[in-house]
Amino acid sequence: MNWTSIGKRLGAALVVMIGISMLIFAIARVMPGDPARIALGPNATAEQVAALRAERHLDAPLPVQYFEFLKALSRGDLGKSLYTNRPVTTDIAQFLPATLELCIVSAIVMVLLGLPIGILSAHFRGRMPDHLGRLVALIAVCTPAFVWGVILQLFFGYFWPIFPIEGQLMQSTPVPPHVTGFLLIDTLVAGNGAAFLDALYHLVLPATALAMSGLGQCARLTRSNMIEVYDKPYVEMERAYGFRPFRIATRYAFRPAFIPTLTILGLEFAAMLGNAFLVEKVFGWPGLSRYGVEVIIRKDLDAIVGTVLIIAAAFLIMNILVDILVGVVNPRIRLAAGRG
Amino acid sequence: MLAPSAEPVLTIRDLRLGFGTRRHQTEVLHGISLHVRAGEKVALVGESGSGKSVTARLAMGLLQESPRTHAIGSIRFDGIEAISGGREIARRRGNRVAMIFQDPTSALNPTFRIRGQFRDVLRSGDRSIRDDEADRRAEAALAEVSIPDPKRALDSYAFQLSGGMNQRVMIAMALANRPALLMADEPGTALDVTVQAQTLGLMHELTERRGTAVLLISHNLGVVREFADRVYVIYRGRMVEHGTTAQLFRDPRHPYTRALLAAIPKISGGGLPDLPERSPDFDQPMVVHEGCGEPAERRS
Amino acid sequence: MSEPGSPVVARRGGSRAVAAFVGNPLSVLGLAIVVVIVLLAVFADFVTPFPDHVGPIGDFAAMSAPPASPYMLGTDAMGRDLFTRIVYGYRLSLIMAVVVLAIATPVGVIVGLVAGYKGGWTDYILMRITDVFLAVPPLVLAMAIMGFLEPTLMNGMLAITAMWWPWYARLVYNVTRAEAQEGYVLAAETVGASTLHILFREILPNCWPSILTKMTLDVGFVILMASSLSFLGLGVQPPTPDLGSMVAEGAKYMPDGWWLSLWPALAILLVVLGFNLVGDGLREAFEAEN
Repeated sequence: MNWTSIGKRLGAALVVMIGISMLIFAIARVMPGDPARIALGPNATAEQVAALRAERHLDAPLPVQYFEFLKALSRGDLGKSLYTNRPVTTDIAQFLPATLELCIVSAIVMVLLGLPIGILSAHFRGRMPDHLGRLVALIAVCTPAFVWGVILQLFFGYFWPIFPIEGQLMQSTPVPPHVTGFLLIDTLVAGNGAAFLDALYHLVLPATALAMSGLGQCARLTRSNMIEVYDKPYVEMERAYGFRPFRIATRYAFRPAFIPTLTILGLEFAAMLGNAFLVEKVFGWPGLSRYGVEVIIRKDLDAIVGTVLIIAAAFLIMNILVDILVGVVNPRIRLAAGRG
Repeated sequence: MLAPSAEPVLTIRDLRLGFGTRRHQTEVLHGISLHVRAGEKVALVGESGSGKSVTARLAMGLLQESPRTHAIGSIRFDGIEAISGGREIARRRGNRVAMIFQDPTSALNPTFRIRGQFRDVLRSGDRSIRDDEADRRAEAALAEVSIPDPKRALDSYAFQLSGGMNQRVMIAMALANRPALLMADEPGTALDVTVQAQTLGLMHELTERRGTAVLLISHNLGVVREFADRVYVIYRGRMVEHGTTAQLFRDPRHPYTRALLAAIPKISGGGLPDLPERSPDFDQPMVVHEGCGEPAERRS
Repeated sequence: MSEPGSPVVARRGGSRAVAAFVGNPLSVLGLAIVVVIVLLAVFADFVTPFPDHVGPIGDFAAMSAPPASPYMLGTDAMGRDLFTRIVYGYRLSLIMAVVVLAIATPVGVIVGLVAGYKGGWTDYILMRITDVFLAVPPLVLAMAIMGFLEPTLMNGMLAITAMWWPWYARLVYNVTRAEAQEGYVLAAETVGASTLHILFREILPNCWPSILTKMTLDVGFVILMASSLSFLGLGVQPPTPDLGSMVAEGAKYMPDGWWLSLWPALAILLVVLGFNLVGDGLREAFEAEN
């Protein structure tokens, strides 16, 4: 992938991002009710409501309001949360890392389990391991993340208590100094191996619960893409030349099948950003979810808009990264870019 | 051409093949027999769908894994029985028997360089071969098929090379482990006529020099006449005529073979036309020319 | 393809499709699950042992009773029969799914047809709008919409519908783009057929198999989404029986009251699985047909 195509991709993402800001802005302003009144609650005086309306330009025409919103956004200002009484950016900076950490670990779980299940299914197509793999994948896809959370918690936290079911660290583990906000990294920076392991230990159940639906999707896609590749002449050539079946499955048929799978994995990661809300609630994870649900229930306008925008941005960035990765993995694209 | 007394490397007897579920099968091969002796060049000629390609694939044990194929009869290759596939024939693939495909470019994996694929080909001959040794042998093999810059070819992907170049790579791969038998399934039909002729000449020269037996699967009678010592004609899953190339082209006896040969001059390049009419005469019993019996039959 | 203006393509000699569907034991299992759940939901008033437990009040003598007769799946903290509430939860879920799809599908289909056939600026603008919706994780978008609305059944359906139509727009758009180049569409154009005729009589019939398959799968996924929203407390409010809020409510009583959240959780799994199996079976049946 070369710079021009990355630039084009970024341009398209920017258009979508502007679209999202308009959409979420429209939702926030067009919905019935006076946002200032909703935000301040029924006990606020008319003066307080009027003051807030003025402060937020709520009396100006919609395009003007949107323009003011964009102006603030370009300064990195997402407004102020009425719930925490802090800038929304400060809130998000505090809560986002825990969510991202959970999602990234889940994505790793998804790939590490989903790909092998898909490969095995395709390799043993039509036989017992395939039926088993497909069933597992189907059930994984059909079950909401919070149901996985509850089931895992019940079985591996209560009935057979081998994993912690709440929070990021044990009470006794000292919280490492804040560097990145990612506990796994911060504990390592602090040189505290025990805390790192504790953080990892706490991630097992929530990350698995969050990974499940993507994992099933990943296994299903890998299977179907590999079965398609198995019918290609080059796989017949590889078999005719005595390449070992295991090597064909894990290398020669896998790589061409992985390229289309990768694109969809980007979407699955995006879905994780949303499903993280469910898993965080089950496991008391101090991420963006608790904040997000809280501000939604409190009709905290700026905080809702900010949270949605950040998640959408994370999604778009993820998709661009996936596109770049596809370019790296696929030699046709990589070589074309090298020449262009 | 070696003496006809040379031992057969491949002997197929009464091969029947059904596709489908156990209860619901369509038979595509109705009991065919053929043999290829060491160093001999044998052609299997027929229209598309006549069963010539599946015969070659069955002989290599490539189709037996599927639960939808049911093969009975006997396929003896290199001292083993391969009718039900399995490990023994699998171990010989790429090593004692190799195959060249119709379209060389699509027969090479587009996501790997030639180098990696060539290493694995050599590994099926010598499992413990080191990478540098494999690369050295691959370069030598590519030089032998007149590839000008072997190192560069090894570092290329198939889609970066021309079809003729890929065909040479395939030939080099096929012969790299000095197989006893080479299956050539419509080699280079996807390429243009000149390139096809060049690579066929190359294949002929190399197999001749090494004494490699070839089973050429083709629908192109011109190619067959140039290339083969002996010819089997197959029609809808049945052998209809068998003779030396000279016998068959001088004196075709089966109505189907005659119809084929009669149709040649009308078309360019010697390719087999899809005969528009299906004469009931085509279903007449097989004709075997003098001195061309199957080895087992002769013994009895 | 059949001649122009033919009815639904898949209907042609549908026996092969039926055979493919019936031949797959998983599809039949899925259909059985779906039929049982739908029948239970429709006749909930007659098949549930304690229909009055739908409200806020249950059996105070049997609060949080473990599974045992007469409460086969146990009761919740209010002493309400879980089986009864799960069946009513199914009824609510199915109603939501049907309403959401009944609105989202036509909207998405029309957007996809128009954008795919008209091309040019219409295409660009409609599909960029679609992209915007697709660029936000579905649950987050629905949550955001719920954020500005009261958490009621009606609003929950509205929020889910708002994020569901773009998927149909995408699907139909892709088919339309491909079909618009086909001979029969060009033929219809040359004889002067109206745009409406071409869109709805020529192109749309070719989209039906994929739309029907997707709708079947989506009944499950809409239920999944709705239960996720209510699990977060952003959907239907108590005491209305809802599978998602039952799981959330039950989680408070873990692990001693494990049945409180486990049964509704498994109930969600079962219904989504059922519709998925049927959807997969339909897809294979349509493929067998062509």
